[in-house]
Amino acid sequence: METKDLLEILSNGNGVSGFEFNLKNEIIDAFGKYTDSVRLDRLGNIIAHKKGSGNGAVKILMAAHMDEIGFMVTDIDKKGFIHFTNIGGIDPRTILAQEVTIHGKEDILGLIGSKPPHLQDQSEQEKSIKMEDMIIDTGFDKEALSELISIGDSITVNRKMISLLNNRVSGKAMDDRAGVAALFETMKELEKINHHADVYFVATIQEEVTMAGALTATYGINPDIGIAVDVGFGRTPELNNSNSIEMGKGPGVLLGGNIHPGLRKRLVAVAGDYNVPVQTNVWPGPSGTDARAIQITREGVPALVLSIPLRYMHTSVEVLDLKDVSHTAKLLAFFSASIEENEMEGLLCF
Amino acid sequence: MLLKKLTEASGVSGNEKEVRDLIKHTLEGYVDEIKTDRIGNLIVHKKESNPGGKRLMIAAHMDEVGLLVKDIDSSGLLKFMPVGGIDKRVLVSKTVSIGEKKLPGVIGAKPIHLQKRNEWSKVLDMDDLYIDIGATSKEEAEKHVSIGDYVAFDTSYMEMGNATIKAKALDDRVGCSLLIDILKSDIDAEIYGAFTVMEEVGLVGAGPAAYQIKPDMAIVLEGTLCYEIEELDSHQMPTLLGKGPAISLIDRTTVYDRALRDQVVKIAEKNDIPYQYRKTSMGGNDSGKIHITGTGCTTTGISVPTRYIHSPLSLISKSDYDNTYKLVEAIVKEFEKGAI
Repeated sequence: METKDLLEILSNGNGVSGFEFNLKNEIIDAFGKYTDSVRLDRLGNIIAHKKGSGNGAVKILMAAHMDEIGFMVTDIDKKGFIHFTNIGGIDPRTILAQEVTIHGKEDILGLIGSKPPHLQDQSEQEKSIKMEDMIIDTGFDKEALSELISIGDSITVNRKMISLLNNRVSGKAMDDRAGVAALFETMKELEKINHHADVYFVATIQEEVTMAGALTATYGINPDIGIAVDVGFGRTPELNNSNSIEMGKGPGVLLGGNIHPGLRKRLVAVAGDYNVPVQTNVWPGPSGTDARAIQITREGVPALVLSIPLRYMHTSVEVLDLKDVSHTAKLLAFFSASIEENEMEGLLCF
Repeated sequence: MLLKKLTEASGVSGNEKEVRDLIKHTLEGYVDEIKTDRIGNLIVHKKESNPGGKRLMIAAHMDEVGLLVKDIDSSGLLKFMPVGGIDKRVLVSKTVSIGEKKLPGVIGAKPIHLQKRNEWSKVLDMDDLYIDIGATSKEEAEKHVSIGDYVAFDTSYMEMGNATIKAKALDDRVGCSLLIDILKSDIDAEIYGAFTVMEEVGLVGAGPAAYQIKPDMAIVLEGTLCYEIEELDSHQMPTLLGKGPAISLIDRTTVYDRALRDQVVKIAEKNDIPYQYRKTSMGGNDSGKIHITGTGCTTTGISVPTRYIHSPLSLISKSDYDNTYKLVEAIVKEFEKGAI
């Protein structure tokens, strides 16, 4: 399977934090093709193990989260309209007049209704609507709808991945299915090269809310190195250069307290050796990625973060450049292959 | 499925060609005359077997609200202006289709992570928004898009819920679809169908259409305001979904002829067709021009209640569609008999 095809399946698929099980078959099938074993852990993380030539003397964990932001049903009112709340960080301005799917006993199509401009007074369009004042209209009345869905069901925006110019694609859950796709491509790359380290590819749960998945997967695997593969803010006119990275110029290699400086130096050197473009992004403390959990698991794990540039993060039209996914995968593969047991002590020395 | 084809076609005001061609193609062989007039209206004539009666005009507008590309910036992003009344708040985080080649694009927004506290409570102005087509430079974007290209929402037709339909542009493709159904039916009546242009930008097509047709009476078919989200008193709800065709009383462009309205109500009651009144004076439709063209004519406005109009999504009830058809058919028959 091509990486783009997997990304499309995953971005179109549904797995709001806590409801990732909807995606497990696709990911297990894909990961299983290029690794030695795949398992589902107790919380729902998918862990694929690719053995290296060193018999497990060095273990590298790569984590990409499979959950996405979304919503949850909180009430069905007497008119049959659904009231809802968010799971993960969502700007309410991005959801008005959006088509959604409610994952009840069956998938139900719904519309987040908007007030027609004809009925608004002049000042109304200057007010942002709160999520609690929005409703989802399914075209069912309360009685019929109550048979199909219940409070607590998850809701996702309905958005099929589309292709834009220049290998760019747009979809609703590139954050962080793009990371999962990058892991898939990394496995394929590692098929072609000799690597000493064992690599564990983990599609984690609940990064957007609690990072529970990264925490427990890291504990179980007990890796020597942990890498979070996530998305970074792709540059657009409303963002400063200082807090965004360019599209198509390779992954951001995060710098800051969450990152092991020695490992980062190696990663950047490997990128230089193999002509993989990389960019620098900076975050002083615990990053908003799985690396935050990885770094403080057990007695601590040296961590890295690779950020695939992504525009319009946490909207339903997230845009990425597929070149950046393959740059990320190449870098991850070459980096893994560069790690030898006998140099670990020096590499990790502060 | 006719309504699927009609709603998935792009027809932003001033750019109705795709819709017009589709309607023309659909009606060929069913009517006596089809012509496109000098400003783009499609005028269709269905003759009765025994001519000599009065002239009935039935109008529905082909156009929909949308956007127009007004600039391409140095990074290849497209700036746009609205065509017709659009609440800028419904545009964020949507996919759109640009120009004749239907190039896909997205309207994104700043990540919530980088927003200042409570920034989400401020509305994004149309000028802050742009369309991303994936281009990396102005030069590249210009190979695919030109200033003046029309932009339509990218929403598919789908049946959902308890016999409801979701699509874009049901205002007024639902009227076009009803008018096509009437014209294709075997009703023996002298009917002039007018599929008008640019209703959403000021009822542009309707006047010239009526001028050519010189009707004795006109029916305007619409997908009209239906809003039930807030807890409103029943007098504040313009129409209710599933309660039958909405008969216009007054809007910003027409005070509907009382005698004709009473007759329409009587026809609905006689035929056991559920109906409701359109209980708002807001909005307007082609009647505003038709009833004052030439020496004037009486008009009636009959609408399918349509939720969330002028946004990328709209919703109607199939029973409202069917009952609207029944009412219009009954009116045409009474008109033909000379009873109106």
